[in-house]
Amino acid sequence: MDNQQFSKPVLGIETSCDETGVALLRWEPAAPGRGLLAHTLYSQIKLHADYGGVVPELASRDHVRKLLPLVREALAEAGLTPADLGGVAYTAGPGLVGALLVGAAAARAMAWALGVPAIGVHHMEGHLLAPLLEDDPPAPPFVALLVSGGHSMLVEVAAIGDYRILGDTLDDAAGEAFDKTAKLLGLPYPGGPALAALAGQGRHGAFRFARPMTDRPGLDFSFSGLKTQVLLAWQQSDRREQTRADIALAFEEAVVDTLLIKCRRALATTGARRLVIAGGVGANRRLREELAKAGQQDGFSTYFPRLAFCTDNGAMIALAGAIRLAAGQHQGEAVQVFPRWDLETLPPAD
Amino acid sequence: MNLLAIETSTEACSVALVHGEEVIARSELAPRRHAELVLPMADALLAEAGVGRHALDAIAVGRGPGAFTGVRLGVALAQGMALALDVPVVPVSSLAALALEAPREDAAILAVIDARMGEVYAACYRRGDDGTLQPLDTERVCAPEALVLPAAEAWQVVGSGWAAYAEILRERLGVEPLAADGACYPQARHVAELAVREFRAGRALPPEQALPVYLRDKVALTLVERGKA
Ligand SMILES: Nc1ncnc2c1ncn2[C@@H]1O[C@H](COP(=O)(O)OP(=O)(O)OP(=O)(O)O)[C@@H](O)[C@H]1O
Ligand SMILES: [Mg+2]
Repeated sequence: MDNQQFSKPVLGIETSCDETGVALLRWEPAAPGRGLLAHTLYSQIKLHADYGGVVPELASRDHVRKLLPLVREALAEAGLTPADLGGVAYTAGPGLVGALLVGAAAARAMAWALGVPAIGVHHMEGHLLAPLLEDDPPAPPFVALLVSGGHSMLVEVAAIGDYRILGDTLDDAAGEAFDKTAKLLGLPYPGGPALAALAGQGRHGAFRFARPMTDRPGLDFSFSGLKTQVLLAWQQSDRREQTRADIALAFEEAVVDTLLIKCRRALATTGARRLVIAGGVGANRRLREELAKAGQQDGFSTYFPRLAFCTDNGAMIALAGAIRLAAGQHQGEAVQVFPRWDLETLPPAD
Repeated sequence: MNLLAIETSTEACSVALVHGEEVIARSELAPRRHAELVLPMADALLAEAGVGRHALDAIAVGRGPGAFTGVRLGVALAQGMALALDVPVVPVSSLAALALEAPREDAAILAVIDARMGEVYAACYRRGDDGTLQPLDTERVCAPEALVLPAAEAWQVVGSGWAAYAEILRERLGVEPLAADGACYPQARHVAELAVREFRAGRALPPEQALPVYLRDKVALTLVERGKA
């Protein structure tokens, strides 16, 4: 692959779940964030709210309606036309098969028509690399805490593309725990951010929940028991508004504390001095504050994406795609998606 | 004109290229392999005709009804190509394309696709004096038992709905069809044929307006409908 091509912008397309994300990024190795030319997003949250969760068929239908208008919007924002593109990146998995296929097909067809390479991106690699879009981007080796709607993982990143999973969730993902707990407390779908907002009104010490799996060695997580603790506490309480906020806070503290304990362990085990946080739960204010504080105490640096790039977005896909395209990687003409896809099986990106 | 047509809404995956007066096509019965096949088929056709991608004037697509995923695959591919090439998309009914598989000139056509869940996608057509396809009703999804058909003296039936529901459909028709084929599928060469007329009539669309037609639009129950809210 001639690198000439990658002075040209890469189009990134994300359609793995319930947001349609599009971005344009010119690959600038020293400061990837400076190369971000445009990004647009459409969230389907309202569409799925009436159903109490994401309906895969409806998600796919919405992606097909929204994707092209978003691509046009991003191109206009960057002052570009399709002919200016040097490559197209799309989320190839993991995610909902029908939703993935919409983005993959449109992306692959655009690349085919333009005669430029296309690359399928691993959604979690996208999340993991999102902090590179900020000033002072982290360089490997580092440990990444990936906490999103479908994942809770600690990953040792020796180099971009060289990932070893140190710990994983045994049941609910961190974001899923936020969402399910919010539902138990009667908060509207999707509950995570609402629960975090409610916790802001809680009083410290009114309730306390155990930190799951922190009393034994290892880096795996389990959040489903915490949910049950919350349910019991709520059912046995006076169910006043203040009580609800108190429980929300105690839940948030338990999750954040658990994540913090495991992050410290992972840094100790690997000897890494840098901690990267990514995924939707990375938008949680308490988590950001507590991890930053622990970094100052222990002497490790923390790296977070901006809030908009914690949850799903096109920018992280454009970035991960640009890195791999610049390394000469690309896909053949078959439109392929991988609803389940192990992060550890990715090839190195250089 | 040069027009590329894609049809992936049923078990058959096909691509056709209109190049001047000529139509060439590739087609394969390949359930679940459509996503792999379309672009290589398109490449083969363009190479055979010696047409460059940038010489295409429009992209046509069978926009359904059919299998949801297949319909979306075709539409997303067509949209992506057309946006990149800055050309319009001509969406065509997959039932109309299927109807063009009917062999006879002298009988009304029932195009009927097995829609699973005990239903069919169906529409009726006849051949006009000029050879064009004319709709006799509007496309719909329903139980085969509930199909209401327009009056016609003679019938022919095409599509997987016949394979699944021949007995019931015979009853609905009230006569033995002059021809019936349950193993034929919408083909890109017919999508292309219909699309050329549409294109010439000025009915091509900006790619973002070329959208799937599923017919089956109720695919999940809301919390209220499930009595959970
Ligand atoms: N401020 C917040 N506090 C806690 N959780 C939050 C906050 N903001 C978002 N979340 C959670 O983040 C999750 C969404 O993140 P993201 O979009 O990364 O997940 P996803 O794409 O659905 O899953 P995955 O990336 O694992 O496939 C939801 O579970 C949501 O509740
Ligand atoms: Mg995500």
